[in-house]
Amino acid sequence: MNDTGYLKILKDGVWTQNTGFVALLGLCPLLAVSNSVVNGLGLGLATLLVLLISNVAVSLIRNLVRPEVRIPVFVLVIACVVTAVELAMHAFLPRLYTVLGIFIPLIVTNCCVIGRAEAFAFKHRVAKSAVDGIATGLGFMLALVLLGALREVVGQGTLFGQADLLFGEFGKGLTLHLVDDYRGFLLAILPPGAFIGLGCLIALKNVIDSRVQRRAIAQSTTVLLEAKS
Amino acid sequence: MMRFKIVTSPHVLQNTSVGQVMRRVLYAMIPGVAALIGFFGWGVLVNLVLATAVALLAETVMLAVRGRRLALHLSDFSAVVTAWLLAVALPPLAPWWLTTLGVMAAIVVAKHLYGGLGYNPFNPAMVGYVVLLTSFPREMSAWLIPHGLYQPQALTFLETLRTIFSGEWPARFALDALTGATPLDALRTQIGLGLTVAEIRNSPVFGFVAGQGWEWAALGFLAGGLWLVYTRTADWRIPTGMLGGLAVIATVFYLIDPQHYAPPWFHVWSGAALFGAFFIATDPVTASTTPYGRLIYGVGVGILVYIIRGFGGYPDGVAFAVLLMNIAAPSIDLCTQPRVFGARRG
Repeated sequence: MNDTGYLKILKDGVWTQNTGFVALLGLCPLLAVSNSVVNGLGLGLATLLVLLISNVAVSLIRNLVRPEVRIPVFVLVIACVVTAVELAMHAFLPRLYTVLGIFIPLIVTNCCVIGRAEAFAFKHRVAKSAVDGIATGLGFMLALVLLGALREVVGQGTLFGQADLLFGEFGKGLTLHLVDDYRGFLLAILPPGAFIGLGCLIALKNVIDSRVQRRAIAQSTTVLLEAKS
Repeated sequence: MMRFKIVTSPHVLQNTSVGQVMRRVLYAMIPGVAALIGFFGWGVLVNLVLATAVALLAETVMLAVRGRRLALHLSDFSAVVTAWLLAVALPPLAPWWLTTLGVMAAIVVAKHLYGGLGYNPFNPAMVGYVVLLTSFPREMSAWLIPHGLYQPQALTFLETLRTIFSGEWPARFALDALTGATPLDALRTQIGLGLTVAEIRNSPVFGFVAGQGWEWAALGFLAGGLWLVYTRTADWRIPTGMLGGLAVIATVFYLIDPQHYAPPWFHVWSGAALFGAFFIATDPVTASTTPYGRLIYGVGVGILVYIIRGFGGYPDGVAFAVLLMNIAAPSIDLCTQPRVFGARRG
């Protein structure tokens, strides 16, 4: 188990075992906050930070904690990290903090955080756990941003709307209005839009994966045939 | 010794194909649709044609993408039925993109993404309608006033076409002169303003039983629906359950306070109740399939319609009620499995 390479950890976290698209963990924040790119990016960054710190912390104490009490210890560690991140966001990004609201403290209940602590950080070295935290966080952020982009484009006809919440004054110029005088497609912003959008993205990922797999099989057979002839 | 061939029931088979059933539904809609065209103008017909064209196109593309046999599935008329059910529910001057979007949502998302005809858990036409209703409330509530009410002349065919495809209202009419609240909408807002039902019913929007003009379309759909029941295309239990459930709950409230709750005959005859009871709730794919289950399913739809009309956020609730009961249909089926003759009870 310990000889997994860094590259594989990264690929697993971002693509093969993506929290949002494959494991379907942490669906509540994924569906609730992904109504725009900026909201998704904000929550994605916060979750990434929590995952990184909690994975490192759990990995550091993995030899001191008896396995019988590991779950309460994980919960304590994650709760501390989330509280710290929440306070930091309240201090530095107060407007984004108000928009995301309850979903920042709710990162503590995101199953992918405790899932990675249990499945990976408790069994691996600090460096690998840190990479795993970053990879999983990136994967979750990818899901949030893609779903946010899809819903924002369809629902409001913009991209990076309200980017000033995250990037300050600079962000105001980032907003793209894709269609002039767009009427808005309310369904995409409403909760059903989140479910339909997530379903479409998962389907898209499965299509890409099966294409890649088919090409790999086709290549290996041609290599075999060439070797025979 | 004589030997009998032993086969299980059913012993008498009716040789009806899916296409025949769907065509019967289309025929049965003709009286109601004719009344709608008579009272609301050419827009209804334009919507029907546009919806049918988009539905057939979307059906062809989805069948091709999914690698199904085009001729077999296109000739079953199911896409046309979906298109008609949705088109009838749309305002007569709905812009073309509204109709197109609704039909796409119905055929592509609600039908084919769930596996095509026979596999869809939700009534496709109603999914399309609800998508439009939640996303574009302004366009969806722009119903025309029936002819002969306030309107001096009806729109000509060309004016209708221009309104639908370019979005420009004909210059000789103001928007307010053409569109108005539907009877259920009027009832809802005016009760909210503190008027009694008797006062509201004096307004010219209302006719003999329900809305003026609307009640004739409802009568047309009732006639077509009864023919569907007579030919056994639709099971009598669903419309009976739905209209019965709606009438019973409306009677209870009417008896409690006739000042604030409309009489049961008004509820049964208004909005999409009669149309929904015979044409929408009876969809064989998404409704319950057991005999008792169908009765329960119908009663559930009827009660939900009344609750949404009386206490919900929308003037009519047939689409939401049908979708909600669609979710419940598999559980209802599970609980109402008919007992095999001779099997133990319970």
